[in-house]
Amino acid sequence: MSTTQSSSSKSEIPEVIIRPRRGWVAVDWKELRDYRDLFWFLTWRNVKVRYAQSALGISWAVIQPVFSMIVFTIIFGRLVKIDSEGAPYAVFSFAALVPWTYFSNAMTDSTNSLVGNAEMVKKVYFPRLILPLAAISSKLVDFAIAFVLMLGMLIFYRIVPTGDIWVIPLLVFIMVLAASGLGTWLGALAVQYRDVKHAMSFATQLIMYMAPVVYSVSVIPERWQLVYALNPMVGVIEGFRSALLGTRSMPWDLIGVGMFSSIVLAVSGVYYFRRMERLFSDVA
Amino acid sequence: MHQDLAISVRDLGKAYRLGLEQEKSDTLFGSMSNMAKAPFRNLRNLRRLDTASGGEGKDTLWALRDVSFDVHKGEVLGIIGRNGAGKSTLLKVLSRITEPTTGEIRMRGRVSSLLEVGTGFHPELSGRENIYMNGTILGMRKAEIDRKFDEIVDFSGVERFLDTPIKRYSSGQKVRLAFSVAAHLEPEILIVDEVLAVGDHEFQAKCLGKMKQVAGGERTVLFVSHNMAAVAGLCCRAILLTGGKLVFDNEPSKVISKYIAGAENQTDNNVNLLNRSNQYSEKKYIQSIKISDTKQQKRTFLMGEPVNIHVRVEGLSNDPSLQVGVIIKSMSGEWLAMHNTGMTPPSTLEQAEFHDCIFQCDSLPLVPGRYAIDVSVANKSAGRVDAVEDLFSIDIIESDVYGSGYRSTSGDGVFYLKADWNITAASTLPTHVQ
Repeated sequence: MSTTQSSSSKSEIPEVIIRPRRGWVAVDWKELRDYRDLFWFLTWRNVKVRYAQSALGISWAVIQPVFSMIVFTIIFGRLVKIDSEGAPYAVFSFAALVPWTYFSNAMTDSTNSLVGNAEMVKKVYFPRLILPLAAISSKLVDFAIAFVLMLGMLIFYRIVPTGDIWVIPLLVFIMVLAASGLGTWLGALAVQYRDVKHAMSFATQLIMYMAPVVYSVSVIPERWQLVYALNPMVGVIEGFRSALLGTRSMPWDLIGVGMFSSIVLAVSGVYYFRRMERLFSDVA
Repeated sequence: MHQDLAISVRDLGKAYRLGLEQEKSDTLFGSMSNMAKAPFRNLRNLRRLDTASGGEGKDTLWALRDVSFDVHKGEVLGIIGRNGAGKSTLLKVLSRITEPTTGEIRMRGRVSSLLEVGTGFHPELSGRENIYMNGTILGMRKAEIDRKFDEIVDFSGVERFLDTPIKRYSSGQKVRLAFSVAAHLEPEILIVDEVLAVGDHEFQAKCLGKMKQVAGGERTVLFVSHNMAAVAGLCCRAILLTGGKLVFDNEPSKVISKYIAGAENQTDNNVNLLNRSNQYSEKKYIQSIKISDTKQQKRTFLMGEPVNIHVRVEGLSNDPSLQVGVIIKSMSGEWLAMHNTGMTPPSTLEQAEFHDCIFQCDSLPLVPGRYAIDVSVANKSAGRVDAVEDLFSIDIIESDVYGSGYRSTSGDGVFYLKADWNITAASTLPTHVQ
């Protein structure tokens, strides 16, 4: 009975029970917490690897929104002359592009996170949720850099942010929540149906026009605005504009609807992900 | 679950769904309507990848069925069986990578599994960064890696390259680094799959030593290997899997001999060569393949044993330039040797629809391990017209080919040489002075 001695020294030996799961499974928060170091390393790896061996390095984080801004300013600002509510069109569109670029990239990356790390998923166990979540959090680095550039533009255009700037952390939270929701939904779907991956590239383009990135929400008829705001990025983008540019009062109604739909997305996404999780290593 | 047990497995089963062959249509309208229906059919097939929904069609494959066993604390259990016997599936279920379809496993203690070394290694990251990456993926905390960092680096012997991206490492260096991380895991239960098959001989010996150290401790180890010498040397018990079922559970030497004996009867002639697709031409030349020694069909050979490969080929008479060849490959796909009928052409070829071509080799000079056997039919000018690739394999197990009791391992290289050493006393002066 030499083995019992060793177990007495470790008072608590965890017992794992593995059996087929059926139906919906709750999130194991304790396990996620135990793996938090992996979450940080994966986040950090995503950032580091993305810009490894590139001459411009981390500046790629701002090149995408900056070039979109230039193109939009020329086409929609100068040629189409879309109403930018008094602000210079460049800042008007950039205030939307900063959160939008984050959202679309975070969503694309988390959608691909499971398929892209299939080798890992097939060879070792860890809470799979970490993969899309790390993809989403690593994009926050890009977001932070673009946000600093945004502040630089405000200084350049001598625009003083409004007192509502404190709302921005809330908007960032909604934005991350929405990206997590769609990311977990699409990531789980993409393992089984590769169609998702193919659809992603143009779907983000389409969704962009369903959000007030190049135009202002005021072009949407009043009675449709709350339905329109079910796209969580509507409230986020208009909120950014309101807080930074003061083009309008803080659109709490849009933000409220967006908050609601992003919570629904995130909760349902995580549950769907957990439900499909057991299939990942078999079909990835 | 009894206090002494580390692992208890009951009625474990795992089903996979195979793809069913699609109906093909010969008419244009038929193919067009097939094409139109394809998305729906694909969707249905993709949905059916989920085996948990139950239902047992003819396309359900049970990779594991009704497997039950217990492992005591501190035991080192070897798991052996042929390719496709369910060993890897068992390890995957035990390490929670995939879920069982039926049954239950209870495990007491922290579990680490090594189904491959270097999981999560990223070529762009440095050695140092990859140690942390790989370590956390294997379930270590950062603080734990910090503590063991120097030890891990020492064990790997790549100190000088710690800050170099590992894409510049040699494959050997990568393996050493990866194994060093793995070797410093401290779980109560360790699950290891064939990781000793990698690395150079010296490092393998070091790893075996580390494994012994682990096994000597209080740790429970589950160990899959084709290296029977390692199983015999490390394990205190072994189980044999055949066709997803546990068929024998006993001390390693008995299980190994049963495995080798069983392998003699179990020749996979059920591999249907006529249903395969031939990527080289329209026609399927190769009808059947049988591997045997001089008397009976088998797949497991002692080192130095004669190996015959019978290939039945259709249509040799129609094209005299066709050559039938046999290729021996390593499991990583490297060509080790090739032999074809063009090298030792038969003097005459009788007119017939089918021919039996028998490759006869008195002894394959291969060290113990598993080797893939490919068979090809090629046209001198057009190249390959048919081939059966990665479908057949043979196991070479050690035998006393040197007559000295030396145990050959895959660490000795690929081939063994029948040679002698002649050692005589030398004069004291170095040769160049004489």
